[in-house]
Amino acid sequence: MLNAEKRKTILLLIPIVLVLAGYVLYPTIATLFESFKKNGIFTLDNYHDFFGSKAPANFEALWNSVYISVLSVFFSALIGIPLAYIFNRYDFPGRQFFSNIAIMPIVLPSLVGVMAFMFLYGEAGLVPNAIKDLFNLSKVPFSVGGISGILVVHAYTMYPYFYMTTSSALNNIDPSLEEAAYNLGSNKFKVFWKVTFPLLTPGLVAAALLVFMVSMASFSAPFLLAGGYRVLSLQIYFSKINGDLEMAATQSVILSAVSISFLLFMRWYQSRKDYRMASKGIGAHRSEVNNPVLKWFMVTIGIVAMIILLLPHVTLLMLSLVPEGSWTWQTYPQAFSFENFRLLFDNPNIWEPVKNSLIMTCIACIGVFFFGIITSYALVKRSFIGKNLLDILVMIPWALPATVVGMNLILAFNKPTPFSFGQVLVGTFWILPLAYFIRFIPLVVRSTTAVLEQMDDSLEEAAQNLGAKWFYTFRRVVIPIIMPGVLSGTLLAFVQAIGEFPTSVLLYTLSNRPISIEIMNQLRMFNMGQAAAYGMIQVGLISIVMFIAYRFFGVKTENTL
Amino acid sequence: MLDRHAYGDQLPFIRKWGCCFMSTVNLSNITKAFGSVTAVKDLDILIKEGEFFTFLGPSGCGKTTTLRMIAGFYFPTKGKVKFNDRDMTSVSPEKRNTGMVFQNYALFPHMTVFENVAFGLKVRKVNKAGIKEKVGEVLKKVRLDQYIDRQVSQLSGGQQQRVALARALVIEPDILLLDEPLSNLDAKLRDEMRAEILRLQREYGITTIYVTHDQVEALTMSDRIAVFNAGQCQQIGTPTEIYNKPVNDFVAKFIGETNLLPVTFKEHINSQSLFHAPDIEQSIFVNHTELNIADYNEDDQLYMSVRPETVRIDEAKISGNNVFTGEVSLVQFTGEAVHTFVKINDQLTIKTTDLNHGPSTYLKEGTEVNVQLPEDQIRVIPEVKG
Ligand SMILES: Nc1ncnc2c1ncn2[C@@H]1O[C@H](COP(=O)(O)OP(=O)(O)OP(=O)(O)O)[C@@H](O)[C@H]1O
Ligand SMILES: [Mg+2]
Repeated sequence: MLNAEKRKTILLLIPIVLVLAGYVLYPTIATLFESFKKNGIFTLDNYHDFFGSKAPANFEALWNSVYISVLSVFFSALIGIPLAYIFNRYDFPGRQFFSNIAIMPIVLPSLVGVMAFMFLYGEAGLVPNAIKDLFNLSKVPFSVGGISGILVVHAYTMYPYFYMTTSSALNNIDPSLEEAAYNLGSNKFKVFWKVTFPLLTPGLVAAALLVFMVSMASFSAPFLLAGGYRVLSLQIYFSKINGDLEMAATQSVILSAVSISFLLFMRWYQSRKDYRMASKGIGAHRSEVNNPVLKWFMVTIGIVAMIILLLPHVTLLMLSLVPEGSWTWQTYPQAFSFENFRLLFDNPNIWEPVKNSLIMTCIACIGVFFFGIITSYALVKRSFIGKNLLDILVMIPWALPATVVGMNLILAFNKPTPFSFGQVLVGTFWILPLAYFIRFIPLVVRSTTAVLEQMDDSLEEAAQNLGAKWFYTFRRVVIPIIMPGVLSGTLLAFVQAIGEFPTSVLLYTLSNRPISIEIMNQLRMFNMGQAAAYGMIQVGLISIVMFIAYRFFGVKTENTL
Repeated sequence: MLDRHAYGDQLPFIRKWGCCFMSTVNLSNITKAFGSVTAVKDLDILIKEGEFFTFLGPSGCGKTTTLRMIAGFYFPTKGKVKFNDRDMTSVSPEKRNTGMVFQNYALFPHMTVFENVAFGLKVRKVNKAGIKEKVGEVLKKVRLDQYIDRQVSQLSGGQQQRVALARALVIEPDILLLDEPLSNLDAKLRDEMRAEILRLQREYGITTIYVTHDQVEALTMSDRIAVFNAGQCQQIGTPTEIYNKPVNDFVAKFIGETNLLPVTFKEHINSQSLFHAPDIEQSIFVNHTELNIADYNEDDQLYMSVRPETVRIDEAKISGNNVFTGEVSLVQFTGEAVHTFVKINDQLTIKTTDLNHGPSTYLKEGTEVNVQLPEDQIRVIPEVKG
């Protein structure tokens, strides 16, 4: 019996280990190797170049990346925490509606979001120009671009991390703790700083680290907005485009080192004993706002927030209705029609990227779905030597910036390998679905693991005791129970894969170019309308999938982050 | 032991559910070690066909471990598990045909009551009609037939427990295994469920192993009890044997209340033995019978145990042996009974228990009283080894 168990574990581990070794570990090592190579010789020269005076741009880019990330954390927190506090602690008209709107940024893929921001607040943006015309100013009063642009986009797209962690932490705080503090004579201000805030800290620190990592890795915003401003993730792309793979590898290693050290710090922080609530079954408690001035003030905040949050979506929709060539030198678009959407379905050339994105996303999602299930199962329910190592391996793609994952794949599969069945994968169709698959493994594993850990071991034992063989138990008991977790992970993978840009831009070919790449191309040709229409398609697909997931499988978007 | 033939009217049912779903369980010389921790040591137990057998012991003494070895979830480090004469030691759990009721019930949360109960039958490839009939029948037995289509999360604790029981029974197991199935329930429901489990067990006549650390549960339900301590089985016997003839001080203390005091053997006088109790500097007379004196070795530390309900207490003088004088230090009223604690000296306070006979019979604290430890009620036992 013992041997049968061991055999099952081993059978389960073989595919997991093969996939992780071949597509995660080996590419990472390939990059590491490349970074120590110069003209075919093993050397530290590349690192010398990176930090040395020969290429000051690199060091500057590293510094800029860190600087932007720190500021992004600050601004995201500044928006996310108060908003979460207001929407979760006070009851006022429309509260539920506003709090649903608050997570809208996540349906906007990063590239599309950046594009919308450009058209809204950029030099030629609608908002600055509208203000200029309204007040008859000679110049636009403000415009975002360069570093301010990047920061605004980051704050917009990343504040939901703070919003969601704060909301869930607030809802988990036992109201009696705060009531006890009031009872002991503290005022509102003291209660917040001495009781509520300390209880929120663990979640906030986790959110801060997450935002930091995501901004370090951010690619789309600098890509479209940076101008001459250098950040590390973009430098990797330029090095690759210039054909300097060795420098690209070195930059990747350094960017990864920063990201991974933050990840490790986060793990260490979370493993410390924090003060979880001992009591259970507490609902949120909200103070009803009775003071009419305050009440309408809150409602105003809600409405303003809603407008700001939805403006990019609206802009995108509007732009997508602008036919090609109809909006050139004018401040505002002149004509609207469904031309761009009609072309999508009539012109096979324009339809193709959509088809590519759908096919590649589906392949990747099917992959992560199955791989996520067996990997989480092995990690949670089986014991074997080297489990920690496997756990780390699974999470590597999550810690690595997307650009680095792309570089890893280029360096690993620009030559025939056993893992690619002796083929060169770079330049083929399969490299992109593979990249998506690898990038989104951790999403499914994480959400599935969370559910599996809740599942009592005795359920499997009960099935076995009733005479069910392992596979039957797995199929009939384990899978149905963990399905919500698997689905919400896969849903998130779908959402991200449809809008994926950083690895796509490194790996695409003409024949498998996904929507994001085509958006970039259309922008280059100043065909804003078509680009926006593509963006709308992405948003539409994401919304449809989210709706289906919520409606038929009860998977909530909020739970997926 | 309850007379099984009193349930003769249920026999057709038993026959219908299969003649052969009874089995003996033979654990021979079982040891289970987890790394350096020995959870169960040198266990030898033979459980008879149709018997209600209880593992009783304090937390962490190895009851669950033993049960899981019988179910096949653990593999003994040493020794053999046999059902009837079949060696099951290395048979995997799904082939053992045991029905287990888990402490937390382990009901499948994504299935209805019907689906939960039908699970084992589906695995056994029973046809649809057969499943429907058997599930209906067993749910009627546990009185849950009107809940058949409920989701299990919508049931109360007691109902969930009955679903778990039905799910285990419906597969006609050779052995029913119950791991503290009542520990999550409130006192009243517990009482009801005890009766329910016993009724079903008698009805099905199935060999049952029941794990508990509740002594009342063990005494009221079992045919026989095995008392565990620290991975070792201390004593196996019927409830009356365990209570009246404990083999050592651990069993005497763990089951029921008792007054224990260290003694040493002095001499035999006629049909009695004389023991010296250093705590009270007196001799104690004990009848020299198998009931009153347990087996012990020369070098064992001995104790005398006397149950509180057998101690005589009186304000007036008591004639005979083993009479001591003391002062009432505490009177405890529990409803049906009254406990009176009598302080003999600084080392020794004797607890006595009487049924409640009204306020006029309660003694006052501080009263001087005589207590007698009847020589036919004392039991001399050795100290537990190891
Ligand atoms: N899987 C395991 N690994 C290591 N030690 C274990 C394991 N299972 C049980 N033990 C140890 O074996 C001993 C007996 O455990 P067991 O669960 O059998 O106790 P129990 O009598 O059922 O107690 P309780 O009444 O608390 O359920 C304990 O000391 C426990 O810590
Ligand atoms: Mg136990």
